[in-house]
Amino acid sequence: MPADSSFHTGVPGATVQNGSRKAVAVAALADVPREPGAPKPDPILVADDVTRRFGGLTAVDVKHVEIQRGAITALIGPNGAGKTTFFNLLTGFDRPDTGEWRFNDRSLARVPAHKVARYGMVRTFQLTKALSRLTVIENMRLGAGGQRGERLMNALFRPAWAQQERDNTARAEELLARFKLDTKRDDFAGSLSGGQRKLLEMARALMSEPEMVMLDEPMAGVNPALTQSLLGHVKDLREQGMTVLFVEHDMDMVRDISDWVIVMAQGKIVAEGPPDDVMANPAVIDAYLGGHHDAPLTEAEEQRQLAAAEAELEAEHAAAEGDGAR
Amino acid sequence: MDWGSIISNALRSVVGLETVIFAMAAVGLNVQFGYAGLLNFGQAAFVAIGAYGLAIMVFFAGLSLWVGLAVGIGGAVVLALLLGVPTLRLRADYLAIATIAAAEIVRIAFRSSTLREWTGGSNGITGFDGQFYALNPLSNGTYGFGPWRFSERLTWVLLVGWVLLILFCVLVWLLMRSPWGRVLKGIREDEDAVRSLGKNVYAYKMQALIIGGVIGAFAGFIYALGRAAVQPDLYGTELTFFAYTVLLVGGAARVFGPVVGAAIFWLVLSLTDNVLAQAINAGYVSSSIMNPNQVGQVRFMLVGVLLMLLMIYRPQGIFGDKREIALNAR
Ligand SMILES: Nc1ncnc2c1ncn2[C@@H]1O[C@H](COP(=O)(O)OP(=O)(O)O)[C@@H](O)[C@H]1O
Ligand SMILES: [Mg+2]
Repeated sequence: MPADSSFHTGVPGATVQNGSRKAVAVAALADVPREPGAPKPDPILVADDVTRRFGGLTAVDVKHVEIQRGAITALIGPNGAGKTTFFNLLTGFDRPDTGEWRFNDRSLARVPAHKVARYGMVRTFQLTKALSRLTVIENMRLGAGGQRGERLMNALFRPAWAQQERDNTARAEELLARFKLDTKRDDFAGSLSGGQRKLLEMARALMSEPEMVMLDEPMAGVNPALTQSLLGHVKDLREQGMTVLFVEHDMDMVRDISDWVIVMAQGKIVAEGPPDDVMANPAVIDAYLGGHHDAPLTEAEEQRQLAAAEAELEAEHAAAEGDGAR
Repeated sequence: MDWGSIISNALRSVVGLETVIFAMAAVGLNVQFGYAGLLNFGQAAFVAIGAYGLAIMVFFAGLSLWVGLAVGIGGAVVLALLLGVPTLRLRADYLAIATIAAAEIVRIAFRSSTLREWTGGSNGITGFDGQFYALNPLSNGTYGFGPWRFSERLTWVLLVGWVLLILFCVLVWLLMRSPWGRVLKGIREDEDAVRSLGKNVYAYKMQALIIGGVIGAFAGFIYALGRAAVQPDLYGTELTFFAYTVLLVGGAARVFGPVVGAAIFWLVLSLTDNVLAQAINAGYVSSSIMNPNQVGQVRFMLVGVLLMLLMIYRPQGIFGDKREIALNAR
């Protein structure tokens, strides 16, 4: 949004009145019904009847979902729930069998991935995609949009793009400093640790000055010492006026940073609401336990099942960490 | 053994016709494979289209040299589009399969007897080089110094070839230091990441395929004019694999990698060829082990061994950066 462009400069000073936008987002969502497909006061993204089948398996079957502008929304659900597939569909990396969705009132169904990104909806990947044999700063420069020097005809004539390149480099260096990657500026991205790659991927996505950032498991595989700073960066995005939709397994993190939580299970959205409401929701506990158990008879039994569900989540998270470290 | 002639032949081959042709074909591959990561296994077809485009237009159609060059370039663009449109949206290996098949189709079509009237069949075409050598400003005689003394004809075609080769290297250097080149290198690393940053990956891959193919067609022009003949079996798959060898020896994604790689490749071939032949003549190698007719094959075996050693001890090529190889292994 042009009105918000001043927030996208990447200057730490732009983050005024820390936390103010969290209050705005929470207030806006206060009266939204706690049910799947709930309408939001100011949705940036609205999806309808999005389905994706792989052979006999229906990986995604979302009837209706809205994402509130300027808020941090968490998308949670057990492994295989279809979260990544849903991300892929929304961002043009996969084609749905059916479905329509609008971003800023512009239909994005069947729009190719690069155009989705140009319209301001930028995503990161569950398996980090640092461009290994490019340096960190080149990774960052690549993120910038509308580069004149990326057109073949201009590429040969440096004066056509040199100034823009300098501006982009300056912006990249500010972002690198904010993400504490400035000392790695001229290293190959492939030499970074898993957590640093996640940071780089996020910083690179910000180079395009997106309106909405979609993060697929940004914390997975990240060294615990870095998770706090990553969390801080995600909160910063909201303070700068961006909308964030992210997938995460760690419930403490979800509770800490999200304004709204959407729960997926077996391709469907089964619950929505603020973090604390959602985590107490039987449908959610059901989803994590697989839904093939008897209803808890006693409160003690319910507590036990809750603990088991959380242990499972922890284990998943630990497994994901193991994957990411490889 | 006559070491003087062995060494002088080797030194001549460093700047010789083959070096220019294969360096140029490899510069094209460098754009496609070295920078963009496109597996073009049909570079021979682009070289053949350049060579035949020129020869057919001049000899059979009776048109000017310039028309022949334009047809060769246009043919390379069309071939790149034909190969790229259906495959560049798919996984990388589809392009590899399509190009290797297309290169054989092109070669077999040029040598087929049905098209003999237009391609000369398996004999190929000669007698189309007159206009090119008529442009030669050099009068009869030899030119150069030391071991590098060439006839006025060879000097002329080498001069044109090297100037073009240097121009293409400069072109590659200009392109690859630009943001356009950065997108290409990003695609080589991970095209989905580049797509997620708003770049039209398909368009960039197509541009790289076309540019590399047109440079390959220029290698075909020099090949045809230098030999004063085109012959279909010169454009077999081994041309493509020699070009890849040249690229990897010099170092992929390095501007001068193909030039240095080609010089080394043909230097080593010339050395092994001459040393083996003279060793047999001088009786150092008994004819029960190897006769002079086998030298041609054996030298390629030796070159193969040398290349294996190079790839073991210097996998990044002559110019490559060791750190990059280490990253790939992660
Ligand atoms: N390309 C594919 N082909 C076949 N099945 C797939 C493919 N991608 C995902 N799936 C299946 O779709 C389901 C949803 O997967 P995914 O979206 O990765 O889940 P999540 O990200 O929530 O863990 C899983 O059962 C997975 O096996
Ligand atoms: Mg996933």
